[in-house]
Amino acid sequence: MMRPDTANIDRMSGRELKAELIPVILGKAEGMGDVLRILRREAVSRPTIFIGMGTCGLGAGAAATLEGIKGYLKEKEIEADIVEVGCIGLCACEPLVDVQLPGRPRISFQHVTSDRVHPVLDGVFSDSLPEDIRKNDVLLQFEPNSGDEPWDGVVTMKKHPFFGPQTRWVLENCGNINPSSVAEYVARGGYQALARTISTMTPPEVCSQVEISGLRGRGGGGFKTGLKWKFALEAQADQKYLICNADEGDPGAFMDRAVIEGDPHRLVEGLAIAAYAIGASKGYVYIRAEYPLAIERLKEAMKVAREMGLLGHNILNSGFDFDIKIKEGAGAFVCGEETALINSIEGKRGMPRPRPPYPAARGLFGKPTVINNVETLANLPILMRNGAEWFASMGTAGSKGTKVFALSGKVTNTGLVEIPMGTTIRQIVMDIGGGVPGEHEFKAVQIGGPSGGCIPTSHLDTPVDYESLKQVGAIMGSGGLVVMDEKTCMVDLAKFFMDFIQRESCGKCIPCREGTRRMLEILQRITRGRRNEKDIEALERFQGVVYLERLGQVIKDTSLCGLGQTAPNPVLSTLRWFREEYEEHIFDRKCRAGACTELLHYSIDQDKCIGCTLCARHCPVEAIMGAPKSPHYIVADKCIGCGNCFNDCRHGAVIVE
Amino acid sequence: MIKIQVNNREIDANPGEMLLEALNRAGIKVPTLCYMKDLFPTGACRMCVVEVEGAPGLVPSCAFPVREGLKIQTHSERAVRARKTIVELLLSNHPDDCLYCSRNGECHLQNLSEELGIRQRRYTGLKSNHKPDTSSPSIVREPAKCILCGKCVRTCEEIQGVSAIDFVGRGSRTVVSPAFNRGLNVSSCVDCGQCILACPTGALTEKSKFKEIFSAINDPKKFVVVQHAPAVSVTLGELFGINPGVDVAGVMNAALRRLGFDRVFDTSFSADLTIMEEASELFHRIKTGGKLPMFTSCCPAWIDFMEQNYPDMLDNLSTCKSPQQMLGAVVKTFYAERQGLKPEDIYVVSVMPCTAKKYEAQLPTHSKEGYPDVDAVITTRELARIIKMRGLHLESMEPEGADTTFGERSSAGKLFGATGGVMEAAIRTAHYLGTGGELEDLKVKAVRGLDGVKEAKVKIGDLEVGVAVAHTLGNARKLVEEIRNGRSDLHFIEIMSCPGGCVGGGGQPIGTDIEAVKVRMKALYMIDKDDELRVSHKNQQVQRLYDEYLGQPLGEKSHHILHTEYSKREVDF
Repeated sequence: MMRPDTANIDRMSGRELKAELIPVILGKAEGMGDVLRILRREAVSRPTIFIGMGTCGLGAGAAATLEGIKGYLKEKEIEADIVEVGCIGLCACEPLVDVQLPGRPRISFQHVTSDRVHPVLDGVFSDSLPEDIRKNDVLLQFEPNSGDEPWDGVVTMKKHPFFGPQTRWVLENCGNINPSSVAEYVARGGYQALARTISTMTPPEVCSQVEISGLRGRGGGGFKTGLKWKFALEAQADQKYLICNADEGDPGAFMDRAVIEGDPHRLVEGLAIAAYAIGASKGYVYIRAEYPLAIERLKEAMKVAREMGLLGHNILNSGFDFDIKIKEGAGAFVCGEETALINSIEGKRGMPRPRPPYPAARGLFGKPTVINNVETLANLPILMRNGAEWFASMGTAGSKGTKVFALSGKVTNTGLVEIPMGTTIRQIVMDIGGGVPGEHEFKAVQIGGPSGGCIPTSHLDTPVDYESLKQVGAIMGSGGLVVMDEKTCMVDLAKFFMDFIQRESCGKCIPCREGTRRMLEILQRITRGRRNEKDIEALERFQGVVYLERLGQVIKDTSLCGLGQTAPNPVLSTLRWFREEYEEHIFDRKCRAGACTELLHYSIDQDKCIGCTLCARHCPVEAIMGAPKSPHYIVADKCIGCGNCFNDCRHGAVIVE
Repeated sequence: MIKIQVNNREIDANPGEMLLEALNRAGIKVPTLCYMKDLFPTGACRMCVVEVEGAPGLVPSCAFPVREGLKIQTHSERAVRARKTIVELLLSNHPDDCLYCSRNGECHLQNLSEELGIRQRRYTGLKSNHKPDTSSPSIVREPAKCILCGKCVRTCEEIQGVSAIDFVGRGSRTVVSPAFNRGLNVSSCVDCGQCILACPTGALTEKSKFKEIFSAINDPKKFVVVQHAPAVSVTLGELFGINPGVDVAGVMNAALRRLGFDRVFDTSFSADLTIMEEASELFHRIKTGGKLPMFTSCCPAWIDFMEQNYPDMLDNLSTCKSPQQMLGAVVKTFYAERQGLKPEDIYVVSVMPCTAKKYEAQLPTHSKEGYPDVDAVITTRELARIIKMRGLHLESMEPEGADTTFGERSSAGKLFGATGGVMEAAIRTAHYLGTGGELEDLKVKAVRGLDGVKEAKVKIGDLEVGVAVAHTLGNARKLVEEIRNGRSDLHFIEIMSCPGGCVGGGGQPIGTDIEAVKVRMKALYMIDKDDELRVSHKNQQVQRLYDEYLGQPLGEKSHHILHTEYSKREVDF
């Protein structure tokens, strides 16, 4: 029988893949070492070009880059493989293109838009990276395999400031492998954990292992995964369900998307392990319809897994049946809440139900149900492969393993980072993230999305673990981490999240529905200009902080679901750390960040103004007076603070306070 | 029995029950807005929150199962402040027009605001701006007054199985509405009005035609006739501080005369008439191999439900008009002839425990030559309002009888007000028509009581008739589905849309619950127990009507005046 190489393995049908790969999974394959090494790209026989084709890469122009690369290879008559991979995490540098030449380690290039294809590939194929390419385009090189000749003077991944400090468990394959190739996943140890789990362990043993590992839900609440499973396992029912929550809705969070797009088989394997542990034969992946690529990749992976007998009836002859259905969400944020999600799958309006009964006792269609988020499930293959003790050795006392964060905002290296629990926020932002770009000054991070809170400079050394974050008024959340500099107004930020929450409230319980709207209105009053303000409005503004706190407390105390109970967090946490900014807005009518434009006061420096009349002509409310060629002035009562004059003035005569 | 500690005192609780039930039994009142007894809690309003030792937040007592050793504070500062804030938030998004609201004085939100001592407008801001929906002939929706407790939605879905309304939109823009935000008139609403009884505020009310009624009364050319339904007289007293369950038919007759009605008739008369027609129709169908089982047709919400959902089974409905329409029809024909009145000068008002009767009265099939059988319908609630408006004191009035011709009734006709009542009356008369003799025991126990579906086999001579009785449309649907799926042992089925029948109708006083229904039912059975005339076929005036005008049951004239037809009704959803 002919042994497969990478090229013809891509052309194999599911049945053929089954024949070749199942022995690998079961550890019974012989003479496959070379093939697996090739599949792992430890050695390539001809040039191989990797291009990041996740949603972030595509957004940065990777599709045009791919066309460019194909054109280049045809033009130069170079025989090379092109591998489309998922996102490796450094979104700031997309489109990312890696090249692996025979005998050389894989080298990454950043910002390879289509116009950069020629110079970059010319450079790498000539084997002598020119200086300007080294300076501008080269990002790093992967760790050399034995026998590889490293690229001179190119930083390796381990030493790269962004990748070096990370521990990539969940993201280990993301950006490295072709997500459409089950063979590449298997070559890196994929599905072995599932095979071992279902053939050597009983469901209670799996639950215990996960409990010992200390794995906690990565979706926000941080409930102990093993314990949740045990409840469902012990519940008596003729049918149980497993649901994967892939309704990633926090603004600025995209970890789950990256995992599914870059390594879909990991999720399939995780789902199967979890289903085995709780005794579920049916699973649902509830995924946002806004993630079309992830849905496509996942469907593809499920199809192959089914053909290979890794899903479906009697998986690997263990007697365990399990299959997965994809349910696309229609974009309601609240459907990330587990009971609302259940309602949505059942075809009902996505509104939360009271708990108890908890889903583990009475969930989907009234049957015991476990709901785990994507990252939680993606942890399972590596956890089961290496064992609970190994997993538990990483992290802090109460929080084990790693956590993936989506780093965004005013930070140099935006992207996905995976760090061990216990890493400090400072390390994430300053070291991995590269700090705040330019001359600006770090102010705070917002962690945990709309349910989370802010952490100020004084608490930058807070370690990332569930309890520590709670103590400073934030939550782990699903992993959104937004960095802010001094140009960010904390009241404005709170207003942004409040606006989001009040729009996305399901409308069922009164405190969340009515309360968040009133909180938003108070914030709007605080940040609105004083023009035409009536006495009663001034009074309401003065009462602002008191009412915000009172409402926040009641909403937190009484709301039905997690969304409502955490809805006031952005306000309460900014009030806790940045109270003086609120007071400035309310009493001094000032926004130190300059973000609340209505509060800005514009005037003209009489000495600098030359009377060019440009500002007066561009003022939308005719608030600027003055004769041509003599200094102008701004009528404060008329000014709406739009800032046109400030932007227009070529002499720096407009002063903002 | 387990022990829990509430406000530092021990109380008993049943394992598995919700905390609120245990608190209520112990006489500790925790306010609620969305709570519905016997339905699964939704936990939407958060009014019933209490402080449970060890719980991070406050806990809704309606959805919190008790367990041994719970320590609870129901009125701690934290809990009371939360409840108060919730009501303040609701008020901040409320039209604030209590003085102009038809629920003024009967509003649950108003009561809560008073109970919690809210004296300050603490939160202000934009209010939801929704337009009222007056498209339905029976029910007016004012979403601006809605607090989204969801009770109407659940009543419509879980009790009636109609689902005409549901939540639409998200966040503060959420609104309860029929499909596509269109009018109730084109929705699957059957006008039963149970949502009005469920509504804690003035967001759902009946549609009133007071002005038109009063101009008819004040018009010297108009001869204004009023009829009152069987269930009204055992209910109206409640709205005047008279003990529930007292029959106030006498004083009600007196009050109606004082209001200026020219004649006061009793719909129970035409209930007797209905029985004559319906029992004859049943025999006719059985003998001639007609469509069986036959369903009663007294309840307009039920008819509407069938026309929408089971157009293939319309032939199973009795063609008899409802008692309300029969009375209107004979007033505008026989009575008009005898009194020398023109039908266009007669104005018929009916007092009903029902909102769907408003819908029924305006149907084109219920009018002849442009004159509707019934011109206006008012509910029990509205009658009480009118009586109060006119400064009449029901308590101090002397009872009077209804007017002759259509004032005489049997107590069988009176039973129409309770679920199973039509069936009982029909069985009594059917027995007579079938055998020529009276039932030995006129009380038909098998069709009494509040079970959702009751069934019995009745012997009429050699004939064994299978009968069934269902109340609420949810129960009715189950029965209809069984029949559609081939069940064939039933001949005659009574359906009433409202829980308990008309005594629990959508036009009955706000606050009507199953306890109130039981008391009113009992009152009807008490009337029947002691009455001299307990069977419809012995109503002398009904017999006279046949002798002098109609001929015989199912005769040509009867067919023309007392029967109707049905057709498929297309609606949105």
